[in-house]
Amino acid sequence: MPNRSAFWNFLLGRLSMDALPLHNTIVVVTFIVVALGGAALLGVVTWKRQWGYLWTEWFTSIDHKKLGIMYMILATVMLFRGFADAIMMRAQQAIAFGDNMGYLPPHHYDQIFTAHGAIMIFFVAMAYIVGLMNYVMPMQIGARDVAFPFLNNFSFWLTVSGVLLFMVSLFIGDFSHAGWLGYPPVSELHQSPGPGVDYYIWGLQLSGLGTLLTGINFVVTILKMRAPGMSLMKMPMFTWTTLCTSGLIVVTFPILTATLLLLSLDRYIGTHFFTAALGGNVMMYINLIWIWGHPEVYILILPLFGVFSEIVSTFSGKRLFGYSSMVYATVSIMILSYLVWLHHFFTMGSGADVNSFFSLTTMMISIPTGAKIFNWLFTMYRGRVRFDVPMLWTMGFLFTFTIGGMTGVMLSVAPADFLLHNSLFLIAHFHNVIIGGVVFGIFAGINYWFPKAFGFRLDPFWGKCSFWFWQIGFWFAFGPLYILGLMGVTRRLSHFTDPSLQKWFIIAAFGAFLILLGILSFVMQIYVSIRHREKYAVGHDPWGGRTLEWQTSSPPPPYNFAFVPKVHERDAWTHMKESGYQRPLQGFNDIHMPKSTATGVVLSALGFVFGFAMVWYIWWLAAVSFVALIAYAIHHTFNYDRDYHVSADEVNRFEHAGNWATDPQEVRA
Amino acid sequence: MNSPSTTEHAHDDAMHAHHGSLRSYLTGFVLAAILTIIPFWLVMGHVIESRQATIIIVLALAAVQILVHMIFFLHLDTRSENGWNMLALIFTGVLVAIVLGASIWVMYNENANMMPMSPQYMHHKQGS
Repeated sequence: MPNRSAFWNFLLGRLSMDALPLHNTIVVVTFIVVALGGAALLGVVTWKRQWGYLWTEWFTSIDHKKLGIMYMILATVMLFRGFADAIMMRAQQAIAFGDNMGYLPPHHYDQIFTAHGAIMIFFVAMAYIVGLMNYVMPMQIGARDVAFPFLNNFSFWLTVSGVLLFMVSLFIGDFSHAGWLGYPPVSELHQSPGPGVDYYIWGLQLSGLGTLLTGINFVVTILKMRAPGMSLMKMPMFTWTTLCTSGLIVVTFPILTATLLLLSLDRYIGTHFFTAALGGNVMMYINLIWIWGHPEVYILILPLFGVFSEIVSTFSGKRLFGYSSMVYATVSIMILSYLVWLHHFFTMGSGADVNSFFSLTTMMISIPTGAKIFNWLFTMYRGRVRFDVPMLWTMGFLFTFTIGGMTGVMLSVAPADFLLHNSLFLIAHFHNVIIGGVVFGIFAGINYWFPKAFGFRLDPFWGKCSFWFWQIGFWFAFGPLYILGLMGVTRRLSHFTDPSLQKWFIIAAFGAFLILLGILSFVMQIYVSIRHREKYAVGHDPWGGRTLEWQTSSPPPPYNFAFVPKVHERDAWTHMKESGYQRPLQGFNDIHMPKSTATGVVLSALGFVFGFAMVWYIWWLAAVSFVALIAYAIHHTFNYDRDYHVSADEVNRFEHAGNWATDPQEVRA
Repeated sequence: MNSPSTTEHAHDDAMHAHHGSLRSYLTGFVLAAILTIIPFWLVMGHVIESRQATIIIVLALAAVQILVHMIFFLHLDTRSENGWNMLALIFTGVLVAIVLGASIWVMYNENANMMPMSPQYMHHKQGS
C-alpha cells in the first residue's frame, strides 16, 4: 500500500483491506453462506459440548480407521466445493453466447476452472483414495495399524492445511487463474503478480508432503506388517494396488515438489528457470510437471481397480479370475505410467521421433488395462452375481471407463492429438476416465465398506438413485463435450460467439444438474441410513466377503484383530469360513497399541501459518512459524509416551460386544 | 553357534540392515573425501587439457561417489530387508534413468525445434 507506514508493511507484508474481494458479489454471497454454515457447525459442536470428544477421539487419533473416515469426510466436503465450481462453469457456458457475457467475468471464471481442477484432483480424488486405503488396507493384511501411525495423522493434517490455504484464497485475495497445473509463463510473476499462484503453490506443497509421507507409510506397512503366511501373491488385490499406488507416490511426488519449488524460486527470488529470459525454458516446466502428472492419474485409478476387483469377486461369489495376470497388469501399468508423459504435450514441438515413441508407449498401456477389464468380466461369467449398489457402480464403471479408455487411445495417436488437443474432446475424455473410473470406484468402495466402518448398511434406494443420476448425468454432461470437441471448440472459454453451439452447452448443463441430483441422493442416502441405522444394522460380514477385514467386527475394535490371523490361501477369510473357523472368545492377551498425539495437528497448523505468511510476504511470520515447526518436530522426538496397552479385560469386552451379531447373508459364504 | 539365541540373531541379520561399524564409516568417509577432492583438483588445477574429458571424469567420479554413499552410509547390499532394498534401488535407478534420459532427449528436441534463437539474442531482446 502506498500510504502505509513501513511498520505496517513489515507487519502485514502485502496483505491489506484491498485483498478482501468486497467488490465481487458472488464471492461475498459465498462468504456469507460459508461463514453462516461454519458458525452454525461450530455452534452445534460447542452447544453439544463435543470439542473434547472430537479432539481426543478424532483429531489427535492415530488409528488408521478414524483417519480413513476423516479423509473420506474431508474429500466429501471438498467434492461439494469442487462441484460448486463445476456447476458454475456449466451455467456460465450455457448462457454466455453473443451479447450475453454470462454472470462470471473472465478473471473470476479462470480462477474457478483452476480451483475446480486442482481441488478435484488433490483434495477430492486423492483424499478419497487415501481414505479408502487407510481404512481397508491394514485390515486386509491382518495388521493392527499402519507402520508409522503418527506419520499417518500428520499426513492427514498436512492435507487439511493445504485445503485451508485453498479455501482461504476464496475470501482473502484471489486464487490462481493459471489452470490446474499452473503452466508458466502465466503462473510467473510478471503475468500473475497477485497471491493466487502462491496460494496454489503452498497449498500443494503442504498437501503433497502429506501424500508423500502416506506413500512411504503404506509401502512399509504392506512390506513389513502382513499377517504370517500372507506372501505377496496371497495379498488381496486391493492391497496389491495400494502397494503399487504407494510406490508411485513415493517416486513421483518429489518431482511435483521440486517443480513447484523451482517455480516458487522464479516467483520469490527472481531466478529464471521457466522464463524465456536468461536461458530459462518454459517447456521444461511442462515436461517436469507431467513426469509427475501422468503417474498421478494412475495413482488415482489403481486403488479403484483394487476396489472393483474385491467387489466383483465378492458379489459374483467367486474368486477373482486371473489373479496373477491382475497383479502383473498392475505392476506393468505402474512401470509404463512412467513412459507416457509426453502425450500431454505432443503439440509442443518435440518432433516425429519423440512423439512416435510416446504415442506407442501410450497405446501399450491400454493392454494391461484391457486385460483387467476382461478379468473382471470373466469373474462375473457364470458367477451368481448379486446386483447390490457396490456392484451397480462397478458395472457402470466397466461400461463408462471402457469408452473413456478408447477415446484415450484415440488421443494417443499423435497426429489426431494435433487436432484434438486442448479441445473439449480432451475434457470429455479425462472426465470419462476420472468420473467413470475414480469417482464410480469411490462410491462403489463407500457402499461396500460403509457397513464395516459403522455397523449398518447404506440405504439401497437412495444408493440406486445416486448411481443412476450420476451414470445418466455423466453422459448428458460430457457426451456434448465430445461432439463440441470434434467440432474444434477449445477448453477454458468463458464466452462463445457462435450461437449454433449453445444447444450442446445447455444439454451439458442439464447433465451437470443430473449429477447434482446424484450428489444430493448420496447425501440423502447417508442421512436416511443414519436415521434408520437400527433397520440397516449388519453383522461383521454382510456381503459374504472374502478378505480379512470381514473377519473383524463392524465397526472393528481399535486393535482390529484380537489374535493376528494366520493366512493359508489367497482369499483368506473365505478359506477360514470354509474350513469351519470359530472365533476365539477367551484367552485374550494385552495388546500393544500406539497412543494419540496432538503433534500432527500442531505441526500442520504451523505449516498453514507458514504457507499463509509466504503467500502474503509476511517474512517475520514465515520465519517464526518455520523455526517453530522445526523446533516442535524436534520436541516431538523426545516424546517417549507413545504407546499403551489394551488390557485383556478390555479386549474381552470388545470381543463380546453387540457389533458381532450374525446376519443371514453370512451363511451364503 | 547352535544355541537358539544365535540362530535368532542370525535370522535378525537377514531381516534387518546392519548398521555399520566405525571402521566402515571411516572407510566411507575417506573414500568420499578422496572422490570429492579429485574433481576439485581436476577443475581448479586445469590438469587435463580437454574440457570434455574433465567433465566425463567428474561425472564418473560422481557416480562412484553415489555408490560409496549407498554402501558405506546407507548400508545397502543385496541381502538387506530380504532384498527389498535392492529392488527399490533398481526401481529407483530405472526411473531416474527414464526421467533424466528421456527429459534430456525431449528437451533437446524441443529446444532444437522451438527455440531457434541464441541465448545472446534472447538476452539482447530482454534488455531492449
